[in-house]
Amino acid sequence: MTTWLELIGKKTDAFVREMGSVVMFFLQTLRWTASRPFYFRNLLRQMEQIGVNSVPVVLTTAISTGMVLALQSYTGFKRFGAQSLIGAVVSLSMTRELGPVLTGLMVAGRAGASMAAELGTMRVTEQIDALYTMATNPMKYLVVPRFLASTIMMFFLSALGMYIGILGGYFVGVKVLGTNPVTYINQSINNTEVQDIWYGLVKSLVFGAVVGLIGCYKGFNTAGGAEGVGKATTGAVVVSCMLILILDYFLSALLW
Amino acid sequence: MPEPMIEITNLHKSFGSLQVLRGVNLTVEKGESMTVIGGSGSGKSVLIKHIIGLLFPDRGQVKIAGQVLNNLDEQQLNELRKKFGMLFQMAALFDSLTVWENVGFGLKQHTKLSDREIRALATEKLALVGLKDVEDKMPVDLSGGMRKRVGLARAIAMDAEIILYDEPTTGLDPITADAINDLIVGLRKKLGVTSVAITHDMHSAYKISDRIAMLYKGEIQEIGTPDEIRNTTNPIVKQFITGSAVGPITAD
Repeated sequence: MTTWLELIGKKTDAFVREMGSVVMFFLQTLRWTASRPFYFRNLLRQMEQIGVNSVPVVLTTAISTGMVLALQSYTGFKRFGAQSLIGAVVSLSMTRELGPVLTGLMVAGRAGASMAAELGTMRVTEQIDALYTMATNPMKYLVVPRFLASTIMMFFLSALGMYIGILGGYFVGVKVLGTNPVTYINQSINNTEVQDIWYGLVKSLVFGAVVGLIGCYKGFNTAGGAEGVGKATTGAVVVSCMLILILDYFLSALLW
Repeated sequence: MPEPMIEITNLHKSFGSLQVLRGVNLTVEKGESMTVIGGSGSGKSVLIKHIIGLLFPDRGQVKIAGQVLNNLDEQQLNELRKKFGMLFQMAALFDSLTVWENVGFGLKQHTKLSDREIRALATEKLALVGLKDVEDKMPVDLSGGMRKRVGLARAIAMDAEIILYDEPTTGLDPITADAINDLIVGLRKKLGVTSVAITHDMHSAYKISDRIAMLYKGEIQEIGTPDEIRNTTNPIVKQFITGSAVGPITAD
Protein backbone atom coordinates (compact mmCIF):
# COMPACT_ATOMS: atom_id res chain seq x y z
CA MET A 1 0.00 0.00 0.00
CA THR A 2 2.71 2.48 0.97
CA THR A 3 4.80 1.66 -2.09
CA TRP A 4 1.73 2.25 -4.18
CA LEU A 5 1.12 5.64 -2.62
CA GLU A 6 4.82 6.41 -2.90
CA LEU A 7 4.69 5.71 -6.62
CA ILE A 8 1.71 8.02 -7.08
CA GLY A 9 3.49 10.67 -5.05
CA LYS A 10 6.67 10.40 -7.09
CA LYS A 11 4.83 10.51 -10.40
CA THR A 12 2.81 13.52 -9.29
CA ASP A 13 5.95 15.25 -8.08
CA ALA A 14 7.74 14.61 -11.38
CA PHE A 15 4.68 15.76 -13.34
CA VAL A 16 4.31 19.02 -11.42
CA ARG A 17 8.03 19.73 -11.74
CA GLU A 18 7.93 19.17 -15.49
CA MET A 19 4.86 21.41 -15.81
CA GLY A 20 6.74 24.09 -13.92
CA SER A 21 9.78 23.88 -16.14
CA VAL A 22 7.64 23.96 -19.31
CA VAL A 23 6.00 27.16 -18.03
CA MET A 24 9.44 28.64 -17.24
CA PHE A 25 10.63 27.68 -20.70
CA PHE A 26 7.57 29.35 -22.21
CA LEU A 27 8.12 32.58 -20.28
CA GLN A 28 11.79 32.62 -21.25
CA THR A 29 10.86 32.09 -24.89
CA LEU A 30 8.49 35.07 -24.72
CA ARG A 31 11.15 37.17 -23.03
CA TRP A 32 13.76 36.36 -25.67
CA THR A 33 11.24 36.93 -28.45
CA ALA A 34 10.89 40.49 -27.27
CA SER A 35 14.61 41.27 -27.14
CA ARG A 36 17.23 41.90 -29.80
CA PRO A 37 18.93 40.57 -31.88
CA PHE A 38 16.25 38.90 -33.95
CA TYR A 39 17.32 36.07 -36.22
CA PHE A 40 15.08 36.79 -39.18
CA ARG A 41 16.81 34.35 -41.53
CA ASN A 42 16.33 31.52 -39.06
CA LEU A 43 12.64 32.41 -38.80
CA LEU A 44 12.16 32.24 -42.58
CA ARG A 45 14.00 28.95 -42.75
CA GLN A 46 11.81 27.47 -40.01
CA MET A 47 8.66 28.79 -41.66
CA GLU A 48 9.66 26.81 -44.71
CA GLN A 49 10.60 23.71 -42.70
CA ILE A 50 7.52 23.70 -40.49
CA GLY A 51 4.99 25.37 -42.75
CA VAL A 52 5.67 24.86 -46.43
CA ASN A 53 6.99 21.34 -46.03
CA SER A 54 3.88 20.32 -44.05
CA VAL A 55 1.51 21.29 -46.87
CA PRO A 56 1.31 17.80 -48.45
CA VAL A 57 0.31 16.01 -45.23
CA VAL A 58 -2.15 18.72 -44.29
CA LEU A 59 -3.71 18.61 -47.76
CA THR A 60 -4.07 14.84 -47.69
CA THR A 61 -5.57 14.80 -44.21
CA ALA A 62 -7.97 17.65 -44.90
CA ILE A 63 -9.27 16.40 -48.23
CA SER A 64 -9.77 12.89 -46.91
CA THR A 65 -11.57 14.18 -43.81
CA GLY A 66 -13.87 16.45 -45.82
CA MET A 67 -14.75 13.65 -48.20
CA VAL A 68 -15.38 11.08 -45.49
CA LEU A 69 -17.42 13.58 -43.51
CA ALA A 70 -19.72 14.21 -46.47
CA LEU A 71 -20.06 10.53 -47.16
CA GLN A 72 -20.81 9.53 -43.57
CA SER A 73 -23.22 12.35 -42.84
CA TYR A 74 -25.05 11.56 -46.07
CA THR A 75 -25.61 7.99 -44.91
CA GLY A 76 -26.89 9.19 -41.56
CA PHE A 77 -28.91 12.18 -42.69
CA LYS A 78 -30.63 10.29 -45.52
CA ARG A 79 -32.47 8.25 -42.84
CA PHE A 80 -34.51 11.31 -41.96
CA GLY A 81 -34.31 13.07 -45.30
CA ALA A 82 -31.90 15.84 -44.30
CA GLN A 83 -29.31 15.35 -47.07
CA SER A 84 -29.43 19.06 -47.85
CA LEU A 85 -27.66 19.75 -44.56
CA ILE A 86 -24.44 17.91 -45.48
CA GLY A 87 -22.84 21.14 -46.66
CA ALA A 88 -23.49 22.81 -43.32
CA VAL A 89 -22.15 19.83 -41.37
CA VAL A 90 -18.95 19.69 -43.40
CA SER A 91 -18.19 23.40 -43.32
CA LEU A 92 -19.03 23.82 -39.64
CA SER A 93 -16.96 20.81 -38.62
CA MET A 94 -14.02 21.77 -40.76
CA THR A 95 -13.85 25.39 -39.60
CA ARG A 96 -14.68 25.06 -35.92
CA GLU A 97 -13.08 21.76 -35.13
CA LEU A 98 -11.45 19.42 -37.61
CA GLY A 99 -9.39 21.93 -39.60
CA PRO A 100 -7.37 23.21 -36.65
CA VAL A 101 -7.27 19.98 -34.63
CA LEU A 102 -6.23 17.63 -37.43
CA THR A 103 -3.71 20.13 -38.78
CA GLY A 104 -2.35 20.53 -35.26
CA LEU A 105 -1.97 16.78 -34.82
CA MET A 106 -0.33 16.32 -38.21
CA VAL A 107 2.11 19.17 -37.70
CA ALA A 108 2.92 17.88 -34.20
CA GLY A 109 3.79 14.53 -35.72
CA ARG A 110 5.85 15.98 -38.52
CA ALA A 111 7.41 19.24 -37.45
CA GLY A 112 7.25 18.83 -33.65
CA ALA A 113 9.10 15.54 -33.89
CA SER A 114 11.76 16.92 -36.19
CA MET A 115 12.28 19.96 -33.97
CA ALA A 116 12.79 17.78 -30.91
CA ALA A 117 15.13 15.44 -32.78
CA GLU A 118 17.21 18.27 -34.25
CA LEU A 119 17.58 20.25 -31.03
CA GLY A 120 18.10 17.03 -29.09
CA THR A 121 20.95 16.02 -31.36
CA MET A 122 22.43 19.50 -31.05
CA ARG A 123 22.23 19.16 -27.27
CA VAL A 124 23.93 15.76 -27.03
CA THR A 125 26.65 16.68 -29.54
CA GLU A 126 27.39 19.88 -27.56
CA GLN A 127 26.32 22.19 -30.39
CA ILE A 128 24.09 24.06 -27.95
CA ASP A 129 27.03 24.53 -25.57
CA ALA A 130 29.09 25.68 -28.54
CA LEU A 131 26.51 28.42 -29.21
CA TYR A 132 26.83 29.64 -25.61
CA THR A 133 30.63 29.69 -25.85
CA MET A 134 30.37 31.82 -28.98
CA ALA A 135 28.32 34.36 -27.04
CA THR A 136 25.12 33.45 -28.89
CA ASN A 137 22.00 32.69 -26.88
CA PRO A 138 20.56 29.40 -28.15
CA MET A 139 17.11 30.29 -26.81
CA LYS A 140 17.13 33.22 -29.17
CA TYR A 141 18.98 31.58 -32.03
CA LEU A 142 17.18 28.22 -32.04
CA VAL A 143 14.01 28.29 -29.92
CA VAL A 144 12.43 31.66 -30.72
CA PRO A 145 12.43 31.18 -34.54
CA ARG A 146 10.92 27.70 -34.22
CA PHE A 147 8.28 28.82 -31.74
CA LEU A 148 7.22 31.78 -33.87
CA ALA A 149 7.33 29.86 -37.14
CA SER A 150 5.20 27.09 -35.72
CA THR A 151 2.59 29.53 -34.36
CA ILE A 152 2.38 31.58 -37.55
CA MET A 153 2.41 28.68 -39.98
CA MET A 154 -0.19 26.67 -38.06
CA PHE A 155 -2.59 29.54 -38.70
CA PHE A 156 -2.11 29.36 -42.46
CA LEU A 157 -2.00 25.58 -42.60
CA SER A 158 -5.30 25.40 -40.71
CA ALA A 159 -6.91 27.91 -43.04
CA LEU A 160 -5.73 25.79 -45.95
CA GLY A 161 -7.01 22.64 -44.24
CA MET A 162 -10.45 24.17 -43.72
CA TYR A 163 -10.68 25.26 -47.32
CA ILE A 164 -9.50 21.99 -48.82
CA GLY A 165 -11.71 19.96 -46.46
CA ILE A 166 -14.76 21.93 -47.54
CA LEU A 167 -13.83 21.44 -51.21
CA GLY A 168 -13.47 17.69 -50.59
CA GLY A 169 -16.89 17.63 -48.94
CA TYR A 170 -18.43 19.51 -51.85
CA PHE A 171 -16.89 17.12 -54.34
CA VAL A 172 -18.33 14.06 -52.62
CA GLY A 173 -21.65 15.67 -51.69
CA VAL A 174 -22.40 17.10 -55.09
CA LYS A 175 -20.41 15.16 -57.67
CA VAL A 176 -20.49 11.70 -56.12
CA LEU A 177 -23.73 11.62 -54.12
CA GLY A 178 -25.60 13.97 -56.43
CA THR A 179 -27.13 16.44 -53.97
CA ASN A 180 -28.18 19.79 -55.39
CA PRO A 181 -25.13 22.09 -55.68
CA VAL A 182 -27.09 25.28 -55.03
CA THR A 183 -28.70 23.92 -51.88
CA TYR A 184 -25.35 22.53 -50.79
CA ILE A 185 -23.61 25.88 -51.10
CA ASN A 186 -26.49 27.89 -49.65
CA GLN A 187 -26.77 25.61 -46.66
CA SER A 188 -23.02 25.86 -46.11
CA ILE A 189 -22.95 29.64 -46.30
CA ASN A 190 -26.13 30.25 -44.28
CA ASN A 191 -25.00 28.07 -41.43
CA THR A 192 -21.35 29.08 -41.23
CA GLU A 193 -20.44 32.48 -39.95
CA VAL A 194 -17.18 34.35 -40.31
CA GLN A 195 -16.93 34.01 -36.56
CA ASP A 196 -16.76 30.22 -36.90
CA ILE A 197 -13.71 30.58 -39.11
CA TRP A 198 -11.98 32.99 -36.71
CA TYR A 199 -12.79 30.73 -33.85
CA GLY A 200 -11.03 27.85 -35.60
CA LEU A 201 -8.06 30.02 -36.49
CA VAL A 202 -7.61 31.24 -32.92
CA LYS A 203 -7.48 27.61 -31.85
CA SER A 204 -4.85 26.94 -34.50
CA LEU A 205 -2.62 29.72 -33.14
CA VAL A 206 -2.73 28.09 -29.72
CA PHE A 207 -1.98 24.65 -31.20
CA GLY A 208 0.91 26.10 -33.18
CA ALA A 209 2.40 27.61 -30.05
CA VAL A 210 1.98 24.27 -28.25
CA VAL A 211 3.76 22.29 -30.99
CA GLY A 212 6.64 24.79 -31.16
CA LEU A 213 7.00 25.08 -27.41
CA ILE A 214 6.87 21.36 -26.61
CA GLY A 215 9.08 20.37 -29.57
CA CYS A 216 11.74 22.86 -28.51
CA TYR A 217 11.40 22.14 -24.80
CA LYS A 218 11.84 18.40 -25.29
CA GLY A 219 14.75 18.85 -27.68
CA PHE A 220 16.47 21.49 -25.59
CA ASN A 221 16.32 19.36 -22.45
CA THR A 222 17.50 16.13 -24.04
CA ALA A 223 19.98 14.07 -22.05
CA GLY A 224 21.57 10.71 -22.65
CA GLY A 225 22.79 10.25 -26.21
CA ALA A 226 20.91 8.64 -29.06
CA GLU A 227 18.40 7.02 -26.71
CA GLY A 228 17.69 10.41 -25.18
CA VAL A 229 17.04 11.91 -28.60
CA GLY A 230 14.57 9.09 -29.32
CA LYS A 231 12.78 9.68 -26.03
CA ALA A 232 12.66 13.44 -26.60
CA THR A 233 11.15 12.94 -30.05
CA THR A 234 8.46 10.53 -28.83
CA GLY A 235 7.80 12.75 -25.84
CA ALA A 236 7.38 15.82 -28.02
CA VAL A 237 4.78 14.14 -30.24
CA VAL A 238 2.85 12.50 -27.41
CA VAL A 239 2.77 15.54 -25.13
CA SER A 240 1.86 18.03 -27.84
CA CYS A 241 -0.91 15.77 -29.21
CA MET A 242 -2.35 15.30 -25.72
CA LEU A 243 -2.16 19.01 -25.02
CA ILE A 244 -3.85 19.81 -28.32
CA LEU A 245 -6.73 17.46 -27.51
CA ILE A 246 -7.10 18.71 -23.93
CA LEU A 247 -6.84 22.39 -24.86
CA ASP A 248 -9.27 21.79 -27.71
CA TYR A 249 -12.03 21.00 -25.25
CA PHE A 250 -11.36 24.01 -23.06
CA LEU A 251 -10.99 26.37 -26.01
CA SER A 252 -14.26 25.06 -27.45
CA ALA A 253 -15.97 25.67 -24.11
CA LEU A 254 -14.41 29.09 -23.75
CA LEU A 255 -14.83 30.41 -27.27
CA TRP A 256 -18.50 29.52 -27.39
CA MET B 1 53.47 40.33 -10.93
CA PRO B 2 50.65 40.61 -13.48
CA GLU B 3 47.22 39.28 -12.66
CA PRO B 4 46.71 35.64 -13.65
CA MET B 5 44.44 35.01 -16.65
CA ILE B 6 42.41 32.32 -14.91
CA GLU B 7 42.09 32.00 -11.16
CA ILE B 8 39.93 29.25 -9.70
CA THR B 9 39.48 29.32 -5.94
CA ASN B 10 37.93 26.64 -3.74
CA LEU B 11 35.51 25.53 -6.48
CA HIS B 12 32.74 23.18 -5.35
CA LYS B 13 30.09 21.67 -7.61
CA SER B 14 27.53 18.92 -7.03
CA PHE B 15 24.85 17.41 -9.23
CA GLY B 16 22.09 16.14 -6.96
CA SER B 17 23.85 14.07 -4.32
CA LEU B 18 26.94 13.56 -6.47
CA GLN B 19 29.84 15.78 -5.42
CA VAL B 20 31.94 16.32 -8.51
CA LEU B 21 34.32 19.12 -7.54
CA ARG B 22 35.36 19.49 -3.91
CA GLY B 23 37.51 22.56 -3.58
CA VAL B 24 39.56 22.96 -6.75
CA ASN B 25 42.28 25.64 -6.75
CA LEU B 26 44.01 26.36 -10.02
CA THR B 27 45.79 29.38 -11.46
CA VAL B 28 46.76 29.83 -15.08
CA GLU B 29 49.09 32.68 -16.02
CA LYS B 30 48.72 34.74 -19.18
CA GLY B 31 50.25 32.90 -22.12
CA GLU B 32 50.58 29.69 -20.20
CA SER B 33 49.46 26.27 -21.41
CA MET B 34 47.85 24.29 -18.61
CA THR B 35 46.62 20.74 -18.99
CA VAL B 36 44.30 19.07 -16.53
CA ILE B 37 44.60 15.30 -16.54
CA GLY B 38 42.33 12.84 -14.83
CA GLY B 39 40.29 9.71 -15.40
CA SER B 40 36.76 9.53 -16.75
CA GLY B 41 34.38 10.92 -14.17
CA SER B 42 37.10 12.83 -12.31
CA GLY B 43 35.27 16.10 -13.00
CA LYS B 44 37.61 17.62 -15.58
CA SER B 45 34.81 18.34 -18.08
CA VAL B 46 32.83 20.00 -15.30
CA LEU B 47 35.91 22.05 -14.42
CA ILE B 48 36.47 23.32 -17.95
CA LYS B 49 32.77 24.20 -18.29
CA HIS B 50 33.12 26.45 -15.24
CA ILE B 51 35.92 28.39 -16.89
CA ILE B 52 33.69 29.59 -19.73
CA GLY B 53 30.51 29.96 -17.70
CA LEU B 54 28.57 26.98 -19.03
CA LEU B 55 28.29 25.91 -15.40
CA PHE B 56 28.46 28.02 -12.25
CA PRO B 57 30.00 27.09 -8.90
CA ASP B 58 27.98 26.04 -5.86
CA ARG B 59 30.77 27.47 -3.74
CA GLY B 60 34.06 29.19 -4.54
CA GLN B 61 34.75 31.38 -7.54
CA VAL B 62 36.18 31.55 -11.03
CA LYS B 63 37.99 34.73 -12.02
CA ILE B 64 38.87 35.45 -15.65
CA ALA B 65 41.21 38.39 -16.27
CA GLY B 66 40.17 39.87 -12.94
CA GLN B 67 36.40 39.43 -13.44
CA VAL B 68 34.47 37.07 -11.19
CA LEU B 69 32.27 34.95 -13.44
CA ASN B 70 29.36 34.36 -11.05
CA ASN B 71 28.64 38.07 -10.68
CA LEU B 72 28.18 38.83 -14.36
CA ASP B 73 24.86 39.39 -16.08
CA GLU B 74 24.04 37.82 -19.45
CA GLN B 75 25.54 40.65 -21.48
CA GLN B 76 28.77 40.92 -19.48
CA LEU B 77 29.13 37.16 -19.63
CA ASN B 78 28.77 37.23 -23.41
CA GLU B 79 31.39 39.97 -23.66
CA LEU B 80 33.74 37.84 -21.60
CA ARG B 81 33.00 34.75 -23.68
CA LYS B 82 34.21 36.55 -26.77
CA LYS B 83 37.71 36.31 -25.28
CA PHE B 84 37.40 32.53 -25.48
CA GLY B 85 37.65 29.90 -28.13
CA MET B 86 36.67 26.35 -27.31
CA LEU B 87 37.43 23.12 -29.10
CA PHE B 88 34.85 20.52 -28.15
CA GLN B 89 35.50 16.83 -27.78
CA MET B 90 33.50 15.85 -30.86
CA ALA B 91 34.16 19.28 -32.41
CA ALA B 92 30.46 20.27 -32.04
CA LEU B 93 30.31 21.79 -35.52
CA PHE B 94 26.88 23.09 -36.49
CA ASP B 95 25.76 20.46 -38.93
CA SER B 96 23.26 22.67 -40.71
CA LEU B 97 26.03 25.08 -41.74
CA THR B 98 28.93 24.68 -44.17
CA VAL B 99 32.55 24.61 -43.00
CA TRP B 100 33.21 28.29 -43.69
CA GLU B 101 29.94 29.33 -42.04
CA ASN B 102 30.99 27.32 -38.99
CA VAL B 103 34.40 28.95 -38.83
CA GLY B 104 32.89 32.39 -39.42
CA PHE B 105 29.95 31.94 -37.05
CA GLY B 106 31.31 34.24 -34.33
CA LEU B 107 32.29 36.87 -36.90
CA LYS B 108 28.82 36.75 -38.44
CA GLN B 109 27.16 37.19 -35.05
CA HIS B 110 29.41 39.78 -33.52
CA THR B 111 30.91 41.86 -36.32
CA LYS B 112 29.49 43.79 -39.24
CA LEU B 113 31.72 42.09 -41.81
CA SER B 114 30.20 41.05 -45.13
CA ASP B 115 29.85 37.37 -46.02
CA ARG B 116 32.67 37.73 -48.51
CA GLU B 117 35.04 39.13 -45.86
CA ILE B 118 34.00 36.45 -43.37
CA ARG B 119 34.65 33.76 -45.94
CA ALA B 120 38.09 35.16 -46.66
CA LEU B 121 38.91 35.19 -42.95
CA ALA B 122 37.58 31.65 -42.58
CA THR B 123 39.82 30.50 -45.43
CA GLU B 124 42.77 32.12 -43.67
CA LYS B 125 42.00 30.38 -40.35
CA LEU B 126 41.45 27.07 -42.12
CA ALA B 127 44.90 27.43 -43.70
CA LEU B 128 46.36 27.94 -40.22
CA VAL B 129 45.05 24.51 -39.21
CA GLY B 130 46.25 22.94 -42.45
CA LEU B 131 42.99 22.71 -44.38
CA LYS B 132 42.17 24.04 -47.81
CA ASP B 133 39.34 23.70 -50.33
CA VAL B 134 36.89 22.51 -47.69
CA GLU B 135 34.98 25.78 -47.24
CA ASP B 136 31.79 24.60 -48.91
CA LYS B 137 31.71 21.09 -47.47
CA MET B 138 29.21 20.13 -44.81
CA PRO B 139 30.58 18.86 -41.46
CA VAL B 140 29.12 15.37 -42.01
CA ASP B 141 31.36 14.95 -45.07
CA LEU B 142 34.55 15.40 -43.03
CA SER B 143 36.67 12.82 -41.22
CA GLY B 144 37.08 13.00 -37.43
CA GLY B 145 40.50 14.62 -37.69
CA MET B 146 39.28 17.21 -40.17
CA ARG B 147 36.31 18.05 -37.96
CA LYS B 148 38.69 18.73 -35.08
CA ARG B 149 40.75 20.99 -37.31
CA VAL B 150 37.65 22.90 -38.38
CA GLY B 151 36.64 23.13 -34.72
CA LEU B 152 40.07 24.52 -33.97
CA ALA B 153 39.78 27.05 -36.80
CA ARG B 154 36.42 28.10 -35.36
CA ALA B 155 37.96 28.45 -31.90
CA ILE B 156 40.66 30.84 -33.14
CA ALA B 157 38.48 32.73 -35.64
CA MET B 158 37.63 35.55 -33.23
CA ASP B 159 41.27 36.01 -32.16
CA ALA B 160 40.60 34.49 -28.76
CA GLU B 161 42.89 35.20 -25.82
CA ILE B 162 42.08 31.94 -24.10
CA ILE B 163 41.55 28.62 -25.86
CA LEU B 164 39.93 25.69 -24.10
CA TYR B 165 40.51 22.19 -25.41
CA ASP B 166 38.10 19.47 -24.32
CA GLU B 167 39.96 16.21 -24.97
CA PRO B 168 41.58 17.40 -28.20
CA THR B 169 43.01 14.02 -29.19
CA THR B 170 40.28 11.67 -28.00
CA GLY B 171 38.84 9.46 -30.74
CA LEU B 172 41.65 10.11 -33.22
CA ASP B 173 44.26 7.68 -34.50
CA PRO B 174 47.77 8.24 -33.01
CA ILE B 175 49.13 10.02 -36.06
CA THR B 176 46.20 12.41 -36.47
CA ALA B 177 46.26 12.95 -32.70
CA ASP B 178 49.90 13.98 -32.87
CA ALA B 179 49.19 16.29 -35.79
CA ILE B 180 46.57 17.99 -33.59
CA ASN B 181 49.15 18.26 -30.78
CA ASP B 182 51.56 19.93 -33.19
CA LEU B 183 48.83 22.32 -34.25
CA ILE B 184 48.05 23.25 -30.67
CA VAL B 185 51.72 23.92 -29.94
CA GLY B 186 52.18 25.81 -33.22
CA LEU B 187 49.09 27.99 -32.72
CA ARG B 188 50.23 28.89 -29.26
CA LYS B 189 53.61 30.01 -30.55
CA LYS B 190 52.01 31.98 -33.36
CA LEU B 191 49.14 33.53 -31.42
CA GLY B 192 50.53 33.67 -27.89
CA VAL B 193 47.24 32.59 -26.34
CA THR B 194 46.57 31.21 -22.89
CA SER B 195 45.25 27.68 -23.07
CA VAL B 196 43.63 25.10 -20.87
CA ALA B 197 43.26 21.53 -22.07
CA ILE B 198 41.69 18.54 -20.41
CA THR B 199 42.80 15.12 -21.48
CA HIS B 200 43.66 11.63 -20.36
CA ASP B 201 46.14 11.18 -23.17
CA MET B 202 49.54 11.54 -21.44
CA HIS B 203 51.51 11.74 -24.67
CA SER B 204 49.45 14.78 -25.64
CA ALA B 205 49.68 16.29 -22.14
CA TYR B 206 53.50 16.13 -22.08
CA LYS B 207 53.73 17.65 -25.50
CA ILE B 208 51.36 20.62 -25.26
CA SER B 209 51.73 21.74 -21.63
CA ASP B 210 53.80 24.20 -19.66
CA ARG B 211 52.24 22.77 -16.53
CA ILE B 212 50.07 19.75 -15.83
CA ALA B 213 47.51 19.41 -13.04
CA MET B 214 46.09 16.08 -11.98
CA LEU B 215 42.44 16.05 -10.91
CA TYR B 216 41.24 13.12 -8.85
CA LYS B 217 38.03 12.78 -6.83
CA GLY B 218 37.20 16.44 -7.31
CA GLU B 219 40.50 17.83 -6.04
CA ILE B 220 43.81 18.77 -7.63
CA GLN B 221 46.36 16.19 -6.52
CA GLU B 222 49.48 17.72 -7.95
CA ILE B 223 50.55 20.53 -10.27
CA GLY B 224 53.91 20.62 -12.00
CA THR B 225 55.86 20.90 -15.21
CA PRO B 226 55.77 17.85 -17.47
CA ASP B 227 59.15 16.77 -16.05
CA GLU B 228 57.99 17.13 -12.46
CA ILE B 229 54.89 15.10 -13.25
CA ARG B 230 56.96 12.39 -14.94
CA ASN B 231 59.10 12.04 -11.83
CA THR B 232 56.26 12.34 -9.32
CA THR B 233 56.27 10.52 -6.00
CA ASN B 234 52.52 10.89 -5.50
CA PRO B 235 51.18 7.32 -5.87
CA ILE B 236 47.87 8.46 -7.41
CA VAL B 237 49.55 10.57 -10.10
CA LYS B 238 52.17 7.90 -10.69
CA GLN B 239 49.52 5.27 -11.27
CA PHE B 240 47.62 7.49 -13.68
CA ILE B 241 50.56 8.52 -15.84
CA THR B 242 51.89 4.99 -16.12
CA GLY B 243 48.40 3.70 -16.87
CA SER B 244 48.38 0.89 -14.36
CA ALA B 245 45.27 -0.89 -13.12
CA VAL B 246 46.98 -1.58 -9.80
CA GLY B 247 47.22 1.19 -7.22
CA PRO B 248 45.16 3.65 -5.19
CA ILE B 249 42.88 4.54 -8.16
CA THR B 250 40.28 1.89 -8.84
CA ALA B 251 38.25 1.62 -12.00
CA ASP B 252 34.54 2.00 -11.39
